[in-house]
Amino acid sequence: MSPMVLTIIVVVYLGVVGYLGFLGYQQTRNSSDYLVAGRKSHPFVMALSYGATFISTSAIVGFGGAAAVFGMGLLWLVFLNIFVGIFIAFVFFGKRTRRMGHTLDAHTFPELLGRRFGSRFLQASAGLIIMVFMPLYAAAVLIGAARFIESTFVSVDFNVAVAIISILIASYVFFGGLKGVMFTDALQGSLMLLGMIILIVFAYSRLGGVSEAHQRLEALPATIEAQYQALVPELRAIAPDSVADAALLDWVGENRALPAVEALLAARPELSNKLVLAGLEKGGFRGWTRMPATGSRMFYVLITSIIMGVGIGVLAQPQLAVRFMTVKSGCELNRAVLAGGIFILFMTGTAFIVGNLSNVWFAMPEHGGRIALAAVPGGNPDLIMPEFINQALPRWFGGLFMLTLLSAAMSTLSSQFHAMGTAIGRDFFERGMLGAVGHRRTVLITRLGVIVSLVVTVTLAYKLPAGIIATATAIFFGLCASSFLPSYIGGLYWRRMTRAGAVASLCAGFGVSFFWLMFVQNVNGRFPALLAQAWLDRPTLLPDAILGIQWNFVESLFVALPVSALVAVIVSLLTRPESPAHVAFCFDDPSPAPPMPRPERAVAEV
Amino acid sequence: MLGLSDFWIWSVYLLCLLSTLLCVIYGMINWNRDSNEVTPKDRQWEQDEDRLEDQL
Repeated sequence: MSPMVLTIIVVVYLGVVGYLGFLGYQQTRNSSDYLVAGRKSHPFVMALSYGATFISTSAIVGFGGAAAVFGMGLLWLVFLNIFVGIFIAFVFFGKRTRRMGHTLDAHTFPELLGRRFGSRFLQASAGLIIMVFMPLYAAAVLIGAARFIESTFVSVDFNVAVAIISILIASYVFFGGLKGVMFTDALQGSLMLLGMIILIVFAYSRLGGVSEAHQRLEALPATIEAQYQALVPELRAIAPDSVADAALLDWVGENRALPAVEALLAARPELSNKLVLAGLEKGGFRGWTRMPATGSRMFYVLITSIIMGVGIGVLAQPQLAVRFMTVKSGCELNRAVLAGGIFILFMTGTAFIVGNLSNVWFAMPEHGGRIALAAVPGGNPDLIMPEFINQALPRWFGGLFMLTLLSAAMSTLSSQFHAMGTAIGRDFFERGMLGAVGHRRTVLITRLGVIVSLVVTVTLAYKLPAGIIATATAIFFGLCASSFLPSYIGGLYWRRMTRAGAVASLCAGFGVSFFWLMFVQNVNGRFPALLAQAWLDRPTLLPDAILGIQWNFVESLFVALPVSALVAVIVSLLTRPESPAHVAFCFDDPSPAPPMPRPERAVAEV
Repeated sequence: MLGLSDFWIWSVYLLCLLSTLLCVIYGMINWNRDSNEVTPKDRQWEQDEDRLEDQL
């Protein structure tokens, strides 16, 4: 597909999105009238809207690429995305969040926490965490879309692709994209669903069906080993006699620059495959259809960071929690579970399975013979999904998938910029700095907050290293869960939880997470802990295993969340319970007590 | 099963499908459960949300 045709498709798509946004804005101009009239939005639209916000280019491009490296074990994240991210989130969090949010008249996630516990500090701190760290996740989403553009157009490099996507997103945001309009959400969610259904059908059919494709993936490591053994005589001919057969591969890896080795690597893809496979095996890889070796670096990264970090972290995502409040009724939430489960299965399930299967397709001799990580430029896993889609699927699908990714990026980024803007204006500035509501400068600060967030996000997208999408997403999700989840769950379910407990939990969760990320965790098993490296010239404070666990590979969430939860319980039990009237008001209890005034005047504040 | 021999992999493949089925069944069973009623608080919240988004 030529760049001109693709550009026309994108322009038409943006026109349709803009027109639908305008229509939706006119029709739902006054939502309260809309509610009074008793009209209901379709639950599928709510589910698509939530799903489109949940699933972004990070999940499709970043985690799809990670799946090509980590293997089918990533399906555990699909399971958590459906069971925790949809079922638990909607059934056990959604209804209570909606009810409490409406009772407390909360419009942001920090505001919900702040009003539930009557704490300005809690609201402002949560706003500050979102404001500072969400650009990392937004940058991951931006990079995902930019990698697809880079891969699709030979003449467009990554930096230009980031600029193009940034301009598109900025235009969308400033021309009304921040206002969640159900028509645009539905269009974007539908395009995503259509694109991913076609992708999984194509991927399986190209490789001979479900079982056949899986069997070929399972046999791939043995095939690579056999091909390498057949290559050994050629390697022997160029390697010094002093190099033993067992050390031949290490010698190749160390002498890639030698002309003879370089020529052999270029001519024999099976040698590149074996090098990549040996590198993965050193980290604990045991094949694409097996879990990594227990206790290996890959095991810790896959289980604690990619699967658990994201799988659990989704429950405390600020931009998702507020979606529950916009639902018209509890009944609609029940119905949305149905469509939400199907949507997420096709989104993450497709991306992760196709990421894995791309190895089989790339390794076929007619497609170059190199497995995914060896086939993409620079061995960048973020390029695996874009390269596979552009090479393996019909050219018309590239155009459709461009719209799928644009939809995924726009729907998530607009909600992220909304969350970041309100975190700065409403939560941090208005409540934290001024301690007031309805300040005339709040709107201006919020708008400036959106612009600053956009600039920081784009800058990060340029600065972050290659192959960072899944890692950056996991860090943000883990940080949110450690900081907010105990207070969020306690706020919704535990009447005995106190303001002091919530504040202490947030401080402990964030503090431990930050310390762990800065001094202990080697993110993705390869990056040194930033401050440990900068101040102590060591990649981590915990290089050795303790109690049989290699802690420097463990995601901060695994340490910080239990600490945060424990602190929440202990401090709450040790401090005076909140006033029964305030708790009854938060939980909307039918009470003989006189009605409470509006929450901002009712709650005591720290 | 499904061309996959590792227990942890084929079992999670099935779990993904079963959890989706759980969502579908839950949605169908509870399709009309819970109130569809719009309370004054819901209405108040919507008005405030409208105002907030209009300002943005």
